[in-house]
Amino acid sequence: MADYNEMELMIVVASRQLEDGSSVGVGTGAPCAAAMLAQKMHAPDLLIMFEAGGVGPELRRMPISVGDSRTHYRGVRAGAMSDIMEPCARGMVDYTFLGGAQIDMYGNINSTVIGPDPAKPKVRLPGSGGANDYASYCWRTMVMTVHDRRRFVERVDFLTSPGYLDGPGARERAGLPADTGPYRVITNMAVIGYEEATKRMQVLSLNPGYTRGDVRENTGFELLWADPLGETEPPSDDELRILRNEIDPDRIFIGR
Amino acid sequence: MTILDQGGGEVFLDPDPDKARAFFRTKSRKQTTKRMDLRDAIETFLHDGDYFVLGGFGAVRAPIAAAHEIVRQGRRNMGLAGHTSTHDIQVLSAGGVFDRVDVAYVVGLEARGLSKASRNHFENGSVRVVEDSNHGLALRFKAAAMGVPFLPMRTTLGSDTYRYGCGKTVECPYTGKRIVLKPALYADVAVIHVHEADLFGNARFRGIQVSDIDVANSAKRVIITAERLVPHEEMVRQPETIGIPYYLVDAVCEVPYGAYPGTMPYEYYSDEHHLREWLSVEADAGAYREFIDTYVFDCADHDEYVMKCGGPDRLAQLRRIEYSLDMEERHG
Repeated sequence: MADYNEMELMIVVASRQLEDGSSVGVGTGAPCAAAMLAQKMHAPDLLIMFEAGGVGPELRRMPISVGDSRTHYRGVRAGAMSDIMEPCARGMVDYTFLGGAQIDMYGNINSTVIGPDPAKPKVRLPGSGGANDYASYCWRTMVMTVHDRRRFVERVDFLTSPGYLDGPGARERAGLPADTGPYRVITNMAVIGYEEATKRMQVLSLNPGYTRGDVRENTGFELLWADPLGETEPPSDDELRILRNEIDPDRIFIGR
Repeated sequence: MTILDQGGGEVFLDPDPDKARAFFRTKSRKQTTKRMDLRDAIETFLHDGDYFVLGGFGAVRAPIAAAHEIVRQGRRNMGLAGHTSTHDIQVLSAGGVFDRVDVAYVVGLEARGLSKASRNHFENGSVRVVEDSNHGLALRFKAAAMGVPFLPMRTTLGSDTYRYGCGKTVECPYTGKRIVLKPALYADVAVIHVHEADLFGNARFRGIQVSDIDVANSAKRVIITAERLVPHEEMVRQPETIGIPYYLVDAVCEVPYGAYPGTMPYEYYSDEHHLREWLSVEADAGAYREFIDTYVFDCADHDEYVMKCGGPDRLAQLRRIEYSLDMEERHG
């Protein structure tokens, strides 16, 4: 079996979610690496969008900013933010990857403030940026994150970007477009989906080397478990070779 | 239309399009020379208490030279739109320039990390914050550019971003669906950095637009900073490349490397080394003060700042990093 680190595994798992001919709104870093890997492995016609206005670039090199010229190099559009948000709103963007400081069992994400009073935050974080828009509009929202109790919390301090809010039907009642919402959470320990009936996080597979106990101990709420519980397919030699040699040769994101 | 629900955030600026029309009626349509020194432009058009917007995307084509000048001139009590503000708001934080912000994205420098100096302003309670999203803010500029009081959207519903924002939820008169209305944002001043402009303020830029065209159309006063001034004849030979026409513009300033240490598409890449310095020095209050004195207050202008950071040699390196994209294709 190939030797790999957890970030490499997460990027590989994320890349496998993106099918050929679909579209994805991504930021920089690991999600961008996942989209690039998908294009080189199985999804050459994956349409990649960056919220500052870059569409369909040839990603020879990883952008540092969501707006730098690498996000539209040999692309089909270097447009405005509305050129991204409008197709999202029209239902043309299938996937997105979001990050955040906290996530709850319904996939609600906090990237705004830590602490009980938003007016006097203990930590001020960037805010929504385009995250709420992506989470509201895209058909399937995915999260890549390290798995620990500080991040997987019972209640987010601030609901920046909507997951399933407080359960089944809540997104639709709030007025969000139907059939959208959280799809996968990809962590260093497990791959997590959402149970249809409750819209709560459900562990689909454990990553090699991790147990149910590890995942439970590092999650601040009660998880559901798929039956049978799978084991995450480790990265193949091809996936690792492309990731290391072509996507992040300086190992800025995948580390050493 | 019945209001079903509304966010608790302030609307900092009057969205009334007739008040905006009364102002725009008075704005000159004459194609006169608007070339100014950046210092004079900021002094003339940006006043204490104004609400302003910086174009670009934080560290991409952002008017960083103007941000330094605003800090040097000691502007206070400013309102600001944080439409993905990264290094720009980090610079403004050094001067404590703003006291109210519409926030889509602030404080962070994307993957580079969070700015402690920016965080401090938001964490000590001295800034009134209204939460927004990037689409929300983009629509507020668009509504103002269209001369309408609001535009509808289907994002932010159900979230705290909505609850701490300034949108109102209504029932759509056509479909019965819940929809959020965002008020038009007529900023007092916009500063936008571009690749090329002529003496009259006709301006063009390359790469991502963010919301800069709508911002230029909707702000009451517009300052253009340009990498280069080019002859008017050159500009009008390709009218389709002019993103911002002269009648929107009040001042045009030639500021080479005006987005440095951010990136300027097809000109120079971001100076990641210097941006890391900005972030790391914030950990130590004394060192930070010294750093800000050296790189902001003690610089007469942006040229001096750029020279302190390595000048033309450093910019030539950054130009090579930016252009290696094209190199790759030839060698690929």
